[in-house]
Amino acid sequence: MRSGTAATTLLLLAAALLGGCSWLPTVKPIQPWVKPYERERLADPVMQQTRDALSAKHFEHVHDVREGARGATGVQGGGCGCN
Amino acid sequence: MAATRAAIGIWRRLLALLSGLLGGVFAAGPARALDLPEDGATAMVHLFSGGGVDAYGPAVLVRKKLYDKVSLSGTYYMDAVSNASIDVVTTASKYHEIRNAFTLGADYVYRETQIRFGLYTSHEPDYTANAGNLDVMQEVFSGMTTISMGFTRGADTVLKTGEPEFHEKASHWQYRLGATQILSPNWLMSANFEVLADDGFLGSPYRVARAFGTTVPERNPRTRTGRAIKFRLLGDIGARNSVFAGYRYFSDTWDIKAHTAEVGYSRYFGDDWLADTYLRYYTQTGALFYSNDATTETVYLSRNRQLSTYNNGAIGAKLQYALRRAPGSYDLKLNGALEYTRFKFKDFTDVRTGELYGYSSVIFQLFLTATY
Repeated sequence: MRSGTAATTLLLLAAALLGGCSWLPTVKPIQPWVKPYERERLADPVMQQTRDALSAKHFEHVHDVREGARGATGVQGGGCGCN
Repeated sequence: MAATRAAIGIWRRLLALLSGLLGGVFAAGPARALDLPEDGATAMVHLFSGGGVDAYGPAVLVRKKLYDKVSLSGTYYMDAVSNASIDVVTTASKYHEIRNAFTLGADYVYRETQIRFGLYTSHEPDYTANAGNLDVMQEVFSGMTTISMGFTRGADTVLKTGEPEFHEKASHWQYRLGATQILSPNWLMSANFEVLADDGFLGSPYRVARAFGTTVPERNPRTRTGRAIKFRLLGDIGARNSVFAGYRYFSDTWDIKAHTAEVGYSRYFGDDWLADTYLRYYTQTGALFYSNDATTETVYLSRNRQLSTYNNGAIGAKLQYALRRAPGSYDLKLNGALEYTRFKFKDFTDVRTGELYGYSSVIFQLFLTATY
């Protein structure tokens, strides 16, 4: 009981001391720096990572069948159906 | 009381520091809503040819929106396979078979969240694969960041032609997490991480291994866990020209470690032609239990060249031509894709000659896409 009271007192004292300190940086949240109206070029088809799902799926299937590595390609879905 | 206020003050400062470090994710303003995929259809013929294997056939995709909330999609894919690969010609005889695959998908969008659900089934005479997947994408930070996560669960049935008593199962789990970040008005990058776990019969009932110069049945472990991480950087370099670079690292509990690197360049020629070119390099170390011709007794043994030490290099090109354009009504585009790959094996020999094996392959696609 005595040790619990001492720990609480110590914690409150530490909090009071830290609260008075100004060493903790006041960090403002980072704001989005590319506004929606600045994203026109990113929406161009030339900037799409996969333009056609069917084509991408076929390439992924061929690679999965012939290589030991798989995954993390960003092509969603699943199932290789390959032995 | 004063101490309590001080503690709250510290807590607030720490939260501000954390949110700053996290890129303001929690302090972001209203985000741009995700869009459902456009209604459309794709009809494709595809071909793979290389290493004695020819696989070709048609594929179709159809996509339709319902009430601007849900987009349904369905695909059909067929592979007519003629297999005379080095495994087949040295231990069995050439065969032909047909694989049919179907998918059904549904996309649902609510504000900055997109949910994608899919079912997949693939049938061959001796192999059936079924899978289901669920993916969620969330835009945060005013649409500058897209977080995605998802999983796939697959269940396969493996049979062996000519041996009706052979009946095996395999299960697959894939868990993925990804983020795409807009870096500037011209550049974006993505990072994807995926864990893959397989359990059950993970080999081919037809393939044989070699030990002490003679053929023996292949013996693969019945579990495998892999991890893959991929980074991709994509940038607009002006005048509707773009470049990309990507790198993926993969490792698994069979001790395969693989690196994939790719770079590419895309550009428009006029308003109607869009061309892409790319280079891809892949290299991997072999599995612990892979051996070209084992000279010791081991529990597991495989001569699957996909598990050996090898590399391949590919060069590819894609071309798109806008056939018809009716703004606000429909678009019709003709596409072609060609990839040439050279495989070089470091510890897999052609048993007929004793020389290290290698082959070249070609992937070809011709497809028509319509959006309306």
